[in-house]
Amino acid sequence: MKELSLNILDIAENAVKAGATLTEILLEEQGNTLTLTIRDDGCGMDADTVRGVTDPFYTTRTTRPVGMGLPLLRLAAEQTGGHLTVTSRPRETHPDDHGTAVTAVFDTGHIDCVPLGDVPATVATLIQGHPDTDFYLRHDRPGKEPVELDTRLLRDMLDDVPINSYEVLQWIEDSLREDYDPQ
Amino acid sequence: MKSLAELQAIKEKMQNKVALREGTDEKRVVVGMATCGIAAGARPVLNAFVEQVNEAGLAANVTVTQTGCIGLCQYEPIVEVFEAGKEKVTYVKMTADKVARVVEEHLKGGKPVAEFTQVDIK
Repeated sequence: MKELSLNILDIAENAVKAGATLTEILLEEQGNTLTLTIRDDGCGMDADTVRGVTDPFYTTRTTRPVGMGLPLLRLAAEQTGGHLTVTSRPRETHPDDHGTAVTAVFDTGHIDCVPLGDVPATVATLIQGHPDTDFYLRHDRPGKEPVELDTRLLRDMLDDVPINSYEVLQWIEDSLREDYDPQ
Repeated sequence: MKSLAELQAIKEKMQNKVALREGTDEKRVVVGMATCGIAAGARPVLNAFVEQVNEAGLAANVTVTQTGCIGLCQYEPIVEVFEAGKEKVTYVKMTADKVARVVEEHLKGGKPVAEFTQVDIK
């Protein structure tokens, strides 16, 4: 993957597929450390499955028996000296607080750290494809205002206008771009 | 964040044409967005379709959606166009630059862009 934002898009798709009603994308920069957390309230996984998901020969897809999503994110983190952790609570054993959290830690000063890339495009793409579930983005950067977007708040405001209509998507993407790079 | 007033204005404008926008779903553009598609560059392809379908005024009868891996990872980004009563058209190794011709010639003009397809893969 050429951008971490593409890994984010990919892993967030897993969250949606796990039946999440809310998928949170949290980015926190402190010095040379970037921590990415993607957290969902989907169906969760049991301990055996969690152990398997960063193995490229584990997958839920049926078209072929490899799944590269989490292994690629793990690689992106580990090649900077960072790491990836996955924690999960399955619905069966945690009916009230089930879900999965994927956390990847990067050393952004490392020469092999992949650039974060276009986060606004990733968020717009997620909302375009999954208008019926909610996304929350928060990016904390030292010395700058945090970038934040919560589709639950937008949805309240939009009433019956679909959140994935073109004009709304454009507003979301432009709004995020402005927050990342205030004029 | 951009002003919410602006979003409010968008909403009001949209509500007035909601009836018009109820897609008839005549044509469906489906972009593969699994790991393989994303890694091959599907995100800009999808966003180009969303943008150009709207700008060409086709939003009422063309729906742009995403799907997972269809098992032909080496041909990603893959875009499938479904139309009632017609055979599915599969575009392979798509780029954002190729989208304009698909919108103009296929979605608008009704004639698939043969050079972007590879008919012998099933």
